Amino acid sequence: MRRVLVVGATSAIAEAVAREFARRGDSLFLVGRRPEPLAAIADDLKLRGAPLAQFRVQDANDITAHADLVEAASVAMGGLDTVLIAHGTLPDQAACAASVERTLAEYQTNALSQIALCTLIANRFESQGKGTLAVISSVAGDRGRQSNYVYGSAKAAVTAFTSGLRQRLHGKGVRVITIKPGFVDTPMTAAFDKRGPLWASADSVARTIVRGMIAGTPVIYAPWFWWGIMQIIRNIPERIFRGLKL
Amino acid sequence: MPGAGSSWGRWPQHRHRTIALTNRHEPLVLDESATLLPYGNGRSYGDSCQNDGGVLLATRGLDRYVAFDADNGVIECEAGMLLKDVIEFALPRGWFVPVTPGTCFVTLGGAVANDVHGKNHHRVGTFGHHVLGFDLLRSDGSERWCTPSENADWFAATVGGLGLTGLIRRVRLQLRRVPGPFLRGESLRFGNLSGFFTLSRDSDADYEYTVSWLDCAARGRQRGRGVFMRANHAFAQGTAPGTGQLRVPFTPPLPLVNRLSLRLFNTLYYHRPAARQPDAVWHYRPFFYPLDGVLEWNRIYGPRGFHQYQCVIPPAAAQESLDEMLETIAASGSGSFLAVLKMFGEQASPGLLSFARPGATLALDFPNAGAPTLRLLESLDAITRKAGGAVYPAKDARMSAASFQQYFPRWNEFQRFIDPRFSSSFWRRVSQDVQGETS
Repeated sequence: MRRVLVVGATSAIAEAVAREFARRGDSLFLVGRRPEPLAAIADDLKLRGAPLAQFRVQDANDITAHADLVEAASVAMGGLDTVLIAHGTLPDQAACAASVERTLAEYQTNALSQIALCTLIANRFESQGKGTLAVISSVAGDRGRQSNYVYGSAKAAVTAFTSGLRQRLHGKGVRVITIKPGFVDTPMTAAFDKRGPLWASADSVARTIVRGMIAGTPVIYAPWFWWGIMQIIRNIPERIFRGLKL
Repeated sequence: MPGAGSSWGRWPQHRHRTIALTNRHEPLVLDESATLLPYGNGRSYGDSCQNDGGVLLATRGLDRYVAFDADNGVIECEAGMLLKDVIEFALPRGWFVPVTPGTCFVTLGGAVANDVHGKNHHRVGTFGHHVLGFDLLRSDGSERWCTPSENADWFAATVGGLGLTGLIRRVRLQLRRVPGPFLRGESLRFGNLSGFFTLSRDSDADYEYTVSWLDCAARGRQRGRGVFMRANHAFAQGTAPGTGQLRVPFTPPLPLVNRLSLRLFNTLYYHRPAARQPDAVWHYRPFFYPLDGVLEWNRIYGPRGFHQYQCVIPPAAAQESLDEMLETIAASGSGSFLAVLKMFGEQASPGLLSFARPGATLALDFPNAGAPTLRLLESLDAITRKAGGAVYPAKDARMSAASFQQYFPRWNEFQRFIDPRFSSSFWRRVSQDVQGETS
């Protein structure tokens, strides 16, 4: 039985991942900002098979509270061996371009707070000699594009940070996993037209993520074909790339 | 191509703004003047799940289990949960949904709002008979817990109320005990409609589930022939079907259903050896949901989509009216691979606008060929009207306002329960003033 901490538990992908773990009989500790949806999700996870599903109301941007939060999860579940960091926003690129404040606030949510949590949890896992730390980054972090480079560059930081962390903890029983979802049909992407083959459901993405977390896959593209798409996008020469409307 | 928010018949195709709901405690967003309509999994065939130019409140994100009482088989879920997920939860615990339509890809909210029925209607009534309660949110922000005794008027308006009385966010349902996933029974051929009525009469007391497939392409002496299936839940050893599913991968440019393929399929289906089985064991999935094994089967009707016609004819007129309908359909050369015929029971339905009522119900599909199809359906409506029957709103995209108002005489009483901010394409069509028209 795993003891799983999920930060950003009301996001559609995180909830679907939590359901997969619940179905496998794992315990869950959920963190999010709003008590009512957290309570609804916790009740649901218990009925889906989680022996324990508790929640804590906490803004992940409150970095001073991180140590408390991790300790509370460990106390509630009698230990901690699996973490999914899934909180985040999808910034309005145009608004960010016009405002330094907004840009930095988005960095705080989508990069800094994740990096802070990673540092804390990585050290804890290192000293206990085991653990799986999975972080939701994004395919958007593979290359900055004009349509969402604030989000993309924040995610690039998370991707590079977790890559380094993975090397550091290799051979120490700790697995660090970078998750890069593509287009996922969730409330975060409600404004998009979702027809076409690139869109995947949160459920199918969650199954890919959980399989990868259990197998210890270092980098998970979900769905898998985004690996190929991003290989192409990454390899377009900058001279050409700068003129593209992406 | 239809996108999010389309109906199962894929005609008509409308444009909507969609708001995805994920939190059952959140208030409704009312930031513009457009009307709202709850939209579940889009299995209504026509325009009762459409709100042209308005907003669809997509409920699939409300899909959490809320509570389960294992001793009494009472389950409470958010309204966007699919019957499939209710069954997968309940069955390993010895319970099953009390009533199920022919697909398990419908939401609980949709099952309430259409007061759906199943092959056991003659024994247990409609879905609404087993609903213990639901939360109904109105656009004024008020929320009511409705049961057959508490807010009973709202309960009666909302069961079968086509999503117009407000948003259902949570449903409490009474499940029924079952010994396992299998059913045991018989499959028999009948040569004509009177054979069907005899089999129905003889089976209704001993079998919880009865349903017939009808050869809608047969004419002359073969008209009204079909295959009758009857079954009960049973302890049985059998093989569960694989979980792999087929999918119609794309929409063919022309419907695959035509005069030739219809005759061929129907004749083969009638004569296949499995049409006569004195002791059959079925897994619940192929028995209740034969079409769910093929995802997106509605694509076989091509880019113009299709109509489904489902009517109910009172017992006294049933044989004569159905005979007339079958002749009209066979003569048209249109129709479907699967025409379904069943006798409803006597139980009065719980909703003001419930469709199910005593009589024989016939359901079949027609590829949408435009005006000729509409004319054919109108001629079927003439038979239904004359017989004092009704047509099922969940399947309809074209019945006239006059027909609707005759089929559902309590529609006027229903109107005062409609939320002032809620509407649908279907409702705007059938609630039109029909003074001066004759029906």
